[in-house]
Amino acid sequence: MASVTLTVNGKTITRDIDPRTLLVEFLREHMRLTGTHVGCDTTQCGCCTVHVDGKALKSCTLLAVAVDGSTIMTIEGLAKGEDLHPMQAAFREYHGLQCGFCTPGMIMSAVDMVRRKGTDLDDKTIREELEGNICRCTGYHNIVKAIHYGAEAMGKAGTAAE
Amino acid sequence: MYPFTYHRPGSLADAVKLAGSDEAKIMAGGMTLLPTMKQRLAAPSDIVDLNGLDLAGIKVEGGKVTIGAMTRHADVAGNADLHKAIPALAELAGMIGDPMVRHRGTIGGSVSNNDPAADYPSACLALGATIVTSKREMAAEDFFTGLFETALEPGEIVTKFVFPVPEKANYQKFRNPASRYAIVGVFVAKFAAGVRVAVTGAGSSGVFRQFDFEEALSKIFSTQAIEGIKQSADGLNSDIHADAAYRAHLIGVMARRAVEAAR
Amino acid sequence: MSGTGIGARVQRKEDFRFITGKGQYTDDVNCYGQAHAVFLRSPHAHADIVSIKLDAARDMAGVVDIFTGDDLAADKIGGLICGWMIHSKDGSPMKAGAHPALAQGKVRYVGDHVAVVIAETQAQARDAMEKIEVDYKVLSPVVSMADAVRAGAPVLHDVAPHNIVYNWSLGDEAAADAAFATAAHVTKLDIINNRLVPNAMEPRAAVGDYNSGSGGFTLYTTSQNPHVARLVLSAFIGIAPEHKLRVIAPDVGGGFGSKIFIYAEETVCVWAAKKVGRPVKWVADRTEAFLSDAHGRDHVTHAEMALDASGKILGLRVKTRANLGAYLSTFSSCVPTYLYAPLLSGQYDIPAIYAEVDGIYTNTAPVDAYRGAGRPEATFVIERMVEVAAREMKQDPAEFRRRNFVRNFPHQTPVIMCYDAGDYDASMTKALEMADYKNIGARKAASAKKGLLRGVGFSAYIEACGIAPSAAVGSLGAGVGLWESAEVRVNPVGTVEILTGSHSHGQGHETTFAQLVSERLGISIDNVAIIHGDTDKVQMGMGTYGSRSGAVGMSALSKALDKIETKAKKVAGFVLEASPDDIEFKDGKFSVRGTDKEIDFASVALQAYIAHKFNGQELEPGLKESAFWDPTNFTFPAGVHICEVEIDPATGVTRIDRWTAVDDFGNVINPMIVEGQVHGGIAQGVGQALLEGAVYDANGQLVTASYMDYAMPRADDLPSYDVGMTQTACPSNPLGIKGCGEAGAIAAPPAVMNAITDALGHEEIAMPATPLAVWRAAQRLAPRAAAE
Repeated sequence: MASVTLTVNGKTITRDIDPRTLLVEFLREHMRLTGTHVGCDTTQCGCCTVHVDGKALKSCTLLAVAVDGSTIMTIEGLAKGEDLHPMQAAFREYHGLQCGFCTPGMIMSAVDMVRRKGTDLDDKTIREELEGNICRCTGYHNIVKAIHYGAEAMGKAGTAAE
Repeated sequence: MYPFTYHRPGSLADAVKLAGSDEAKIMAGGMTLLPTMKQRLAAPSDIVDLNGLDLAGIKVEGGKVTIGAMTRHADVAGNADLHKAIPALAELAGMIGDPMVRHRGTIGGSVSNNDPAADYPSACLALGATIVTSKREMAAEDFFTGLFETALEPGEIVTKFVFPVPEKANYQKFRNPASRYAIVGVFVAKFAAGVRVAVTGAGSSGVFRQFDFEEALSKIFSTQAIEGIKQSADGLNSDIHADAAYRAHLIGVMARRAVEAAR
Repeated sequence: MSGTGIGARVQRKEDFRFITGKGQYTDDVNCYGQAHAVFLRSPHAHADIVSIKLDAARDMAGVVDIFTGDDLAADKIGGLICGWMIHSKDGSPMKAGAHPALAQGKVRYVGDHVAVVIAETQAQARDAMEKIEVDYKVLSPVVSMADAVRAGAPVLHDVAPHNIVYNWSLGDEAAADAAFATAAHVTKLDIINNRLVPNAMEPRAAVGDYNSGSGGFTLYTTSQNPHVARLVLSAFIGIAPEHKLRVIAPDVGGGFGSKIFIYAEETVCVWAAKKVGRPVKWVADRTEAFLSDAHGRDHVTHAEMALDASGKILGLRVKTRANLGAYLSTFSSCVPTYLYAPLLSGQYDIPAIYAEVDGIYTNTAPVDAYRGAGRPEATFVIERMVEVAAREMKQDPAEFRRRNFVRNFPHQTPVIMCYDAGDYDASMTKALEMADYKNIGARKAASAKKGLLRGVGFSAYIEACGIAPSAAVGSLGAGVGLWESAEVRVNPVGTVEILTGSHSHGQGHETTFAQLVSERLGISIDNVAIIHGDTDKVQMGMGTYGSRSGAVGMSALSKALDKIETKAKKVAGFVLEASPDDIEFKDGKFSVRGTDKEIDFASVALQAYIAHKFNGQELEPGLKESAFWDPTNFTFPAGVHICEVEIDPATGVTRIDRWTAVDDFGNVINPMIVEGQVHGGIAQGVGQALLEGAVYDANGQLVTASYMDYAMPRADDLPSYDVGMTQTACPSNPLGIKGCGEAGAIAAPPAVMNAITDALGHEEIAMPATPLAVWRAAQRLAPRAAAE
């Protein structure tokens, strides 16, 4: 067993875990944060994307012990209560989701994309930067649109710099 | 995954010691190792995590670029000094995996794994990199010894890479439509002393240099110079995404595009 | 009505939970004390099981129990079923081999279920699974259909001595032959429809639970139709009678057909929960999904079209082999028969059609319905044939299609279907305009200047949705009726709960069904809750597939709302002291015609429950109604998609430059959601055409068993889509809805392949048109492309 301390969505917790525990398992099973999903075994689908110390990572390919001491943000930590993050709001407004399974990962990736690429994102950039997120429902059209306007809204709201 | 003991050494010496045991595996970014372990295709007794070591960073000076082994792909891709010195290398790093993988994966891990479809080995070979390990320095030619095989001895850890700055260079990658790994990746680097061309993704024993292209391009650095040179399909990989003939053809196309785009 | 009724682009009610990570998928369900199941799967495509040794596995840490097919047999648990009887043309019934949930003596594909290990943790179950010793006697596999029907080929099921499930036919062979005898031109084509893996992003999962006190089972499962799952698990497999089995399909992360079927894993989990006295949970990993989810498509077809000298189609002959895999999955038999051949007429007036379909067993995963199910295969045949015929006859492909369009409705085709309404010309005209077709020549020239090949491809598709009426599908062999149910429960405060047998796994029913209620009752959609996916709440339903939830499910709701209105008018009559016949209901208010007396809907609801204004002998208290709706016909969505590609002949890379879609879905409840369905369907169709293909090697190993080798469409593989609509209301349901869920996946593949073959100048390329395939095909450019 190994002791791990993580600050997840603002809450610091310490647990003794099997070193085999993946970060996604830690989040889902130890913290009951089931918004982070697992859609593949090969680090490709991006359903498990979370932010670790401010950067988007795939929590299915990360040992929880290896990020001991880190600050994690999951989809559950993005909204402030009932107030949606502008990117969440954009996904709803532009119908950027259907079944919702890839959506948490998409949104976490999109927020990270804005951090890296700014708030003025053209379609080509958005499509390229979504290489690590697979959606089977939407055909991406509305996801691209949602990210475009979500990024713009983040710029206006000043959330891009957070 | 099978059970293992996890170590996060704080010094290179400790890491070397821990990694020396028979069944231990070194983990840098873990982007290949962890999926392999998840599928139970590897059963290391010990995982030696290098993330506690101070092995990251990029330095450009004296016509050389030094990149620490634990430097993440995203940091290589985004480094402004590197973009000035060897833009092709920064661009290559930006083509690896996806943004999340680039946040975690490292140059040291990628090169040490020597996946035949990985991108970095072509840059190491074409740029004539020196690979510095915990015990020695090696030329890239001596480092890559075959599919997933390198000259690294048990417990030996890559610490940094030294890349000579070329006059111009470019990397062209043709992606596997499924995995997005290179079906063919061609790195062309022009130095005062001549041109070096390295090919990844295609060779059945891993990354290799294309000497015919090098010779022709060293004389005249233009796409026409290699137009007529036929890459043999012998020794190239064949799979459902690309047979050897197609790979051979793509090597020519990618090489010409790299020459055209080199800067 | 306000902005939340029929036709409004209402944001989805269900989205808040999904975008905040609060969706509740089956893997998010954890029952107290649950154990974890892992399935031992066959590593061989075809083998006899000589023996299974469990001792070493049983000794492993954390093992609760291990079961094999013998245990299921001992408990008299039946095998998985195929619910649609197909008869061969000689009248004999299809040859359905037994399909045990855990193998009994033989395995028939890589991934077939051999044993289940139940342990405290999934890792422990996996550790123990590796200790099971199975002695296999490996048999030669038949992997391709050609191998399967070869004389002396190994046989999968004794009941099917030549691996043939059925030789089925539809249409009038003599009439078709007569048409060909008079033809001025005959177009012939060999067509492959590639095998696909559905790949909903949520892998399948199941949690079985048993309460020894009540004797009741509960199964949480990733299902598109929980009631059908309950019916099959009860009536055929014998888990428990229906009143002792509750099936819950909570949030489901996409289905595309693959979650219609009743699989081995959920069967075993719910059965084993009683055996081990604990809840049992199983979650597939992606490779298991590749190996064991029912695959889609996989047809090999030879088609011939007879034409007169002007380009009028006289007849069509089609001979198809359909790969059904190693076992008949739940609805597999109907997909290449009644969901396929009846659509071969396309949008065209074709006097004579004859189709033969052979269903074939092979040592591969079972094949069943995947988005479109039979209709994409039919559309691919007819739209490729039409395009090639136009080329051979040197006619513009759009004009050629117009010349042959059905123009008078109803139109009885020679293959069962009676098209009820449509305006194919209108869709074509609008699509040509949106696609700027008149300037295609200039765009081709501009591409050529860059050394690139540009091509344009059409697809004028038609589909049949709703899959009803029940009596009609029953006469064709369906084991179930294909109606739908709805129940409207009005609460005393005027809020409304809708219980529907439809199931949403991405379609947005919580919004669109609420829009209908909002429109009809004049209340806010915030006051409407849609309840689905739980057999203890919703009495019975047929689930969601075949683009049927709008046309059938919402029609049932509409009928139930009619009853609510009738009853509420009676209540309002008592309250307003007027005859129900004089009560008008409009914008949420009941009023007495010609007076200013009125009462709002919520007040009527309250009056219905307090029942002070009437006595129970005159009128029952309460406000709750239910309805079953069985349509009078299939619905026939149709449209025109135009795809424009640019090919780099040096690499074989195809880039889709433009996509124009004009669809006629009849009346539309929420255009935003409908457009989203179109986008997603196109992406899957483009995936089939350019990227996806399940590949088995000669030993029957699935080569494409992960995303490393199976190319899923990503954002940068796809274009933005230009989506337009035309509308002819559907006459066979009260809402005029036709259905939109599968259109894109049906329309897209031929549009892409027609564009690629236009660019290449020849027809010698099959799906998926990967860079390798296109590069090879570009090596031999035909004179047509070179000359342009």
